[in-house]
Order: sequence, then structure tokens, then C-alpha cells
Amino acid sequence: MADRPASVISTRGNLPPLSLHVPEPPFRPGDPVDYTYLEIPAAGLLPRPDEACAAKETHPLCDGLIRVLDDNHQAVGAWDPKLDPGTLRRMLRVMALTRAFDDRMYRGQRQGKTSFYMKCTGEEATSVASAFALADDDMIFPSYRQQGILIARGYPLTEMINQIYSNRADKLKGRQLPIMYSSREHSFFTISGNLATQYPQAAGWAMASAIKGDTRIAASWIGEGSSAEGDAHAAFTFATVFNAPVVFNIVNNQWAISSFSGFAGAERATFAAKAIGYGIAGLRVDGNDALAVYAAMRWAANRARSNGGPTLIEHFTYRAEGHSTSDDPGQYRSAHEREEWPLGDPIMRLKRHLIALGEWSDEQHAAMDLELIEQVKAATKEAEKNGVLGHGMHHPFHTMFEDVFEELPWHLEEQADQAIRERRTKWPEWKET
Amino acid sequence: MLEEGPVSLADAPVRRLNMIEAINDALAVMMERDSNVVVFGEDVGYFGGVFRATAGLQKKFGSHRVFDTPINECGIIGAAVGMGAYGLRPVPEIQFADYIYPGLDQLISEAARMRYRSAGEFTSPITVRSPFGGGIFGGQTHSQSPEALFTHVAGIKTVIPATPYDAKGLLIAAIEDNDPVIFFEPKRIYNGPFSGNYDKPVEPWARHPDSAVPEGYYSIPLGKARVVREGEAMTVLAYGTMIHVAEAVLADKGIDAEIIDLRTLVPIDIETVEKSVQKTGKVLIIHEATRTCGYGAELSALVQERCFYHLEAPIERVTGFDTPYPHSLEWAYFPGPVRIGEAVDRLLKA
Repeated sequence: MADRPASVISTRGNLPPLSLHVPEPPFRPGDPVDYTYLEIPAAGLLPRPDEACAAKETHPLCDGLIRVLDDNHQAVGAWDPKLDPGTLRRMLRVMALTRAFDDRMYRGQRQGKTSFYMKCTGEEATSVASAFALADDDMIFPSYRQQGILIARGYPLTEMINQIYSNRADKLKGRQLPIMYSSREHSFFTISGNLATQYPQAAGWAMASAIKGDTRIAASWIGEGSSAEGDAHAAFTFATVFNAPVVFNIVNNQWAISSFSGFAGAERATFAAKAIGYGIAGLRVDGNDALAVYAAMRWAANRARSNGGPTLIEHFTYRAEGHSTSDDPGQYRSAHEREEWPLGDPIMRLKRHLIALGEWSDEQHAAMDLELIEQVKAATKEAEKNGVLGHGMHHPFHTMFEDVFEELPWHLEEQADQAIRERRTKWPEWKET
Repeated sequence: MLEEGPVSLADAPVRRLNMIEAINDALAVMMERDSNVVVFGEDVGYFGGVFRATAGLQKKFGSHRVFDTPINECGIIGAAVGMGAYGLRPVPEIQFADYIYPGLDQLISEAARMRYRSAGEFTSPITVRSPFGGGIFGGQTHSQSPEALFTHVAGIKTVIPATPYDAKGLLIAAIEDNDPVIFFEPKRIYNGPFSGNYDKPVEPWARHPDSAVPEGYYSIPLGKARVVREGEAMTVLAYGTMIHVAEAVLADKGIDAEIIDLRTLVPIDIETVEKSVQKTGKVLIIHEATRTCGYGAELSALVQERCFYHLEAPIERVTGFDTPYPHSLEWAYFPGPVRIGEAVDRLLKA
């Protein structure tokens, strides 16, 4: 085709010109917020198909919203997992601990103890209730906002803080950005930071488990924003083709840094609806309802574990705070969104449910919160003995060159020598401790 | 992994194999020895691969260990990374190196960094096999040599065989290696060594001494170069197809050159390179890939840094041109005997 200037426009009679649609969120800073446009069905309405059903039987659920806790704080409907009060209290405690931990670490970053932090405030149920519904040796392929799973699995808070501080006790040797945890012992895969790469990996891990005749399944998390990555398509395609025992979670918290969910396609379809095109089971769940999250994950895990194949779960929730310590949400969204969010707060809702059951009280809750603050404070103190970021208490220099390969090749040995020589030039008295 | 008994190649029966057969043999040997080895990719299962490298493997080892995949390189490599984390030893095939780019994030950001970022908790013991290079009228999407994209990445080993014997031994070593390996197979020499004289009939591998491939297990360590031919006049640094082209050109010209087949680009066998350059004082680097920032640039820098006072002439680089690989003018792109001959003449005159 001959080159022609871009400014030349073809017209066709009376046909109106084409117009590009650039999504715009309903509310920007300063706007009043009105969420009545959201379709929020009452709790307990949706049917719970058999776990072994054909995937397409779940597809009507992709446009609904599975909810268990009703406005009177009662658990209702077919999806009520009927958990005993002891389990509910443990779940509540882990969610509250996750929030207390986030608050403390956020302040630690503001105090200069580390470079970066990410809270999961408002989204605790999507991780913690899911972890309760999985077996402890099911493999987690997390994004960066599933600290609740690690905490639910009993990973020591001090280890988490050592990693956040990149100090000399950091198991990851100060190599990773804060919160990019890894714990093979807790079946928690090393967090990447590149978005959605863990999705096809989870499919591959699940395929391996099936190849080997194992009983463990994989579960992976991404945000609604990164569901736009090609990796998500790769993962859904591999999972459906090989019927892999994997649960895909899309945490739709409405915001990907400053881009609202419309930039990932939310104006046209739900995220759960992606399941329909791939022929896998799909569920859409109130992500601020811990019982609904538990029930959906349990359904999907049981299905996967009995060779029923993959499930996609959309967790409809709200990111109550900034994306990370590096952005100010006040610059791009209305501050009223959080207070107006129609699905409430996951911790508050579970607390009120327990109180309604007569299994919990405001006093007990307040006492628990104080206790958890002390627990986090003690863990922080313990971790700070190993140093905070940038205060010299890091791993030995040579570790920087290790683990690039299993064995150190000659060029990395040479570069390690150089790094230590540079250090000695700048600090002649320096000795590696 | 089975316990490995003492292996004496002298006792093993030897067959004449072409490079495809040698690769197929390496895969079969490793699948036999290690039940964690799995092989998959586009068309590799029932059909046995578009170049037949996996022929017969699915029948022998079953469809749980040898299977076709969706046409999605991100998924192929991403799934391999997940399988590696589980404890398998995946050997995915990317049908042409030109198709590997959708899988680059999974290779570069994931596989290559897995051991480092998890401080050894998770590794990616995967070997990505892929035919590469031109000279088969593959046009710009079936001819590329993207090795320098991988040699630039910390945490990946890049291996390129030049003979059937090496292809088997290096592939076995790559599969056994606990780090991710890119194994580029020079498809122009799958069926026979290539002199670069595209107007002459193809030589079959059967007449080449390195088509003698022992049965059973043997491995060639990664990171060790092979001195193809000892000589005094100059050092030729090359790999893959270009080894055979260089051999033919220098033999035609009657030059007593030392030809080094690097075999592994990262980590490179720097000792063998230094020793040779110190002896000859002249260096000719040859690769088929585009010139700018090609692997030859790294080779040239290494030689200059480490052997400068032994050099008697400027280092010569013979490469493909900085264009896409053209279809009809493929031989004008290819760094053939004329381009190599000119560089040899310049080195000899210096």
C-alpha cells in the first residue's frame, strides 16, 4: 500500500465518523459516590451446583454474586459452608492479624525501615478464607497481595518482616523487593512482581501433579487488572485443554494502581465470565464475605481434587487503600468510594456474624485486636534485631553472586572479587561480618 | 534419577546418526533414566515434531510424558516453569526459535531468576529445545538466530551443538542440569554438515566422523568448548552451522587455522579461547545472527580484554547482516564462504 499521511480521513456518505471509547471510571477525586448501579443480589439466592457438574452449569453464576452473609449477619442459602464457630473465630483472627500486620508494616515503611509495602486492607477474606478452604499442602501461586495466606498457614511474622527489611536474617538474602515472599515449606510459591506470570506456572504445576498421580492441587491469584495479560489466556487455555487441577482466582478490587477495572474489560463483562469462553467452571463471589469465599474455594478445590478440572473464581471486592506505599489514591479516585462500598468490610461482617451467633462480642474483639497489635509489635522488635533496610546488616557480599546458577561460573567469580575489591577501596577498614 | 554406573563409551555400540536422530536418542535415553523428564510442545506428541525430533517417544513413554500443547509459547514455557517447581524435569520444544518471543517473559523474568529470587527454594531445571538458524528458505520467521537475547540474561545457559555426537551428549547434560538451558539446534545441519556452498549437493552426516553416536547414556559437560582442529594461523570462534562452513572455507584456502566450537555460549569456556588466541594472535569470530550486539560483540570484547597483548591484528567478525532474514535473498544474508574468505584474507595480510 502506498504511504499516505495519517491525517487523510475516509468519509462514507452520511456514516458518522468512528469514535474511540476510552473508559472513564464513574467517580474521580471529589465526586460524590453512588453505587446503586452495581447489581448486588441478596445473600443466599444462588444455587450451588454439584461439584462434579458440567462446567456450563456454573456459567449462569458468572453473572451473579455468591453471597452467604445477609443484612442481618446470618449465613443463608445453599452456599452456606456451615463452619463451626471455632473455625469462624480462627478465620476472623487471621484476618485481623493480617490487617494489624499491614498497618504496622505500612508505618515501618513510612519510618524508613524499608523501601516499599503493600497492604491488602479490605481484601483479607479473599486470601484468608481461601486458605482455610484449601489443604495446607495445596500449592499457592500468589500475586503480591496474598500475605493473608502465608499468615493463615502459620508462616512466622518475624520471617515476613526480615524479608520486608531485607536484613541479614532475610531468607531470600535481600534479593527481593519487600513482600515478595517465598516459602516452599508452606507450599507458597516465590512471588514474581511481573504480573500474571504465576498463572501458567500454576497450570503447569497442576499438570505435573496430575502427571504424577498426586492429590495436591494448585491455586493462583491475580488482580482484575493483570487478567488482561496474555499469561492469563495461556493459563486458561492450558488448564482447560489438560483439565488441570487448578483454581484461578481473580481478585477484582476495582483498581489496578490508578486504572479502574474498565481498563481490563469490566464495562463489558464480569471477570468470572472469562470461564465461559474457555469451558471451565466459573464462580463470582462477594469477596468481602468470608463465608462465600470459603464456600466457593471449597467447591472449586473439591472439584479439582476429584479430576473435575479447573475453576475460575472472581472475588468482587474493593481495594480500601492505595496500590502500595508508592501511590496516593487521593489523586485518582474519590475518597468516598471506600466508605460507600456496598459490600462492607470483610472483618466487620464476619465479626457481626459471630456476634449474631452468640459466639463473639465487641469486648472480645477489642481485646483480640489489642493482643494482635502486641503480637505484631513483638515480631517487629525481634526482626529489627537483624537490621532494617540500608543499615549495613545485610547478607555477605558474595551471596549477591550465588544462586544465579547452581554453581558459580568463572565470570561471576571474577565479578564477586571485583565487588569486594570496590568495597575495600571505599572502606579500607571494612571486614565482612 | 537412576544411579549412574561407570560408562565406557569404548564399549558402547556405535551407530551413524544424523543430528535429529541423535537428539531423539538423547531424549529417549533421559526419559528412560528419569521418570521426571517430560517432553511437550506444538506437534511433538503423536506426530513426533515437525522435524521428527520426538518421533516415537509418545508411543514409547505414553501421552502423560510426551504430549502436544496448545499453540501458545508463553503457556509452554510457563507450564514448564510450574512443572519444574513441582519437581519434574521438563524438556519443552519451541517449534522454531523465531516463535520463542511470546515465551520470553517466562524465560527471562521467571525461569532465569527462580533460583536467585527464591534463594534456592525453587528452581527451573528446564531445557527449552528449539531449531534455529537459516539456510532452509524459511524466510524471516523460520530462520532467526536469537541466541544473544539469551546470553544477555543472567541465569540462563545457552547451548548449541554442531555435530550429532555433541547434540546427544550436550542435550543429555542440559536435561540433567539444574538450571534453565536454551538448547538451540542448527536446523540447517540436522541432516548433514554444510559447507556453505548452497549450490553444491548436501553431504549426509554418515560420512562425517562425528556422526558416530554411541548407544545409551553419555554426557558432554556444559561450559566446555571443543577444539575442532588445531592450528597456528588464526583462531576461529564459532558454533553450530558456522563450524562446518568455517572448516570448509579454511580447508579450501589451505589455512592452518585453529577452529574452536564453543558449544556453550554461557558459561563460555574462556580458558580454551585464551589459550588458542595466545598461540595464534589472530581471531576470526563467525555467527549467522545479526551483527549489532550479537554474541560476537561479547566474544570480541572478551578477547580484547584478556588477550590484547597477544593480538597481531584487529579481531574480525563475520556475521549475518542487520536485516530480517530475507526469503529470496537468503544466501546474500548468510555469512558464507565469500564473506568468511575476505575476513580470512584480511587477517592473513595484517
